[in-house]
Amino acid sequence: MIEIKDIKKNFGTQQVLKGVSALFDTGKCNLIIGKSGSGKTVTLKCMVGLFEPDSGTIEFDGRNITAMDFKERKTIRREIGMLFQGTALFDSMTVEENIRFPLDMFTNKTTEEKNERVNFCLKRVNMENTNKKYPGELSGGMKKRVGIARAIVMNPKYLFCDEPNSGLDPKTSIVIDHLIQEITQEYNITTVINTHDMNSVMGFGEKVVFLHEGLKYWEGTNKEIMTITDGELFDFIFASDFLKDLRRNAKV
Amino acid sequence: MYKIFATFGSYVSLLRSAVSKPEKAQMYWKETFRQANEIGIGSLVIIAIVATFIGAVTAVQFSYQLKSIGIVPMWWMGSILRKSIILELAPTISALLLAGKVGSNIASELGSMRISEQIDAYEIMGVNTPGYLVGPKILAAVIVVPLLVVIAVFLGIMGGWVGGVAGGYFSTAEYVRGLQDLFLTKDLNIMLIKSTLFGFIIASISCYKGFYVEGGAIEIGKASTQAVVVSSIAVIVVNFFVAFLLL
Repeated sequence: MIEIKDIKKNFGTQQVLKGVSALFDTGKCNLIIGKSGSGKTVTLKCMVGLFEPDSGTIEFDGRNITAMDFKERKTIRREIGMLFQGTALFDSMTVEENIRFPLDMFTNKTTEEKNERVNFCLKRVNMENTNKKYPGELSGGMKKRVGIARAIVMNPKYLFCDEPNSGLDPKTSIVIDHLIQEITQEYNITTVINTHDMNSVMGFGEKVVFLHEGLKYWEGTNKEIMTITDGELFDFIFASDFLKDLRRNAKV
Repeated sequence: MYKIFATFGSYVSLLRSAVSKPEKAQMYWKETFRQANEIGIGSLVIIAIVATFIGAVTAVQFSYQLKSIGIVPMWWMGSILRKSIILELAPTISALLLAGKVGSNIASELGSMRISEQIDAYEIMGVNTPGYLVGPKILAAVIVVPLLVVIAVFLGIMGGWVGGVAGGYFSTAEYVRGLQDLFLTKDLNIMLIKSTLFGFIIASISCYKGFYVEGGAIEIGKASTQAVVVSSIAVIVVNFFVAFLLL
């Protein structure tokens, strides 16, 4: 479980987060949604430690990382896996080397053990036999899968995904969503996903946090979203006239 | 003025982080060897071509001037060329070439890694990114640049011999006599000090420019250009002070 309390973050004079609080449950896919510029990415980057919040606390299973020094945070960082929007695969390394990197850097496993773990992760994301390929040789969907494999190689307790569906076709997006959902439940991970994708929200939004102008505007489940009839969240979810009409007709 | 101090402060801070204790020394050594290979082998051909021709053209032009004066024995050419190449031409011209080739390469590599969030990915894993990405590059440059300069010295002297003999300015025996005359080990030490400092300057400035890139492709290009310009100027300035203090 991850709890953020009253997180504030400014960039110069611009106040990006104005006091966001939320609870992200273990074993669930927790979604952060919101318009561009609402503070989703900044919230996620504060949680993983890439940004330092100006005030507020972030607790990973009761461990307050905002009060920790660099060395203490390192312990928690080893429990974190992250899938980046652009996958952030190391392009000078092969798929296998990308996934094995955290094992090489932080464990004393033997080469056989590492290879076994790498192959297991690749199999888990249906990417067997791509070990020797370079990221530049892979499609967008394949890169995302390798990104997921790298994120789970150290058996993380917490998985963060920044726009996992960006740049993917609807069918591949669903495959990636299912994969993240399966992995979350299989390993009982606390997963936090930053997304714009309404298929994801409706498909597996067990917990949805809607940010608006740097504040938490709404919190609930995908089923509860369907009961919304107006306001910022309604405008965001049913952005097009086509969807708005569809929603109104469904109500009738 | 404030900006200059702030920039220098963040440069020093990056260097301090780059020398912190590695998570796993073996991985850092592996990365250092990879970088050494990239800087060394990758720059060998260009250094070899330029050093050979600089040696040849220096021999021809100096000989032409000495001959026109007429009162200086031509065996001096070996001595003049040896000193010029060891003390100035090989270290400085190699450093300027490397500032262009290696400096821009390092800045654009780190800049691209920053923009594509690869540096963030390392950080989230718990890697000390200045230590892993900057430290090995600087260490590799400090080791490899002096080696490249030694090769440049050898090839420059060989180029001078070919140029002078082919141009009919001096004989091989005269050239060898000049090379052996008044040889000082101090010259070699100064060459090694210069090239080590140049390696450090090129790698550290380029790493700094690339590591803190913000924005997109245009900013990567700008960082790359700045890395070349700033490190070239720094090389020239440090070159003067080393010569001034040690000669």
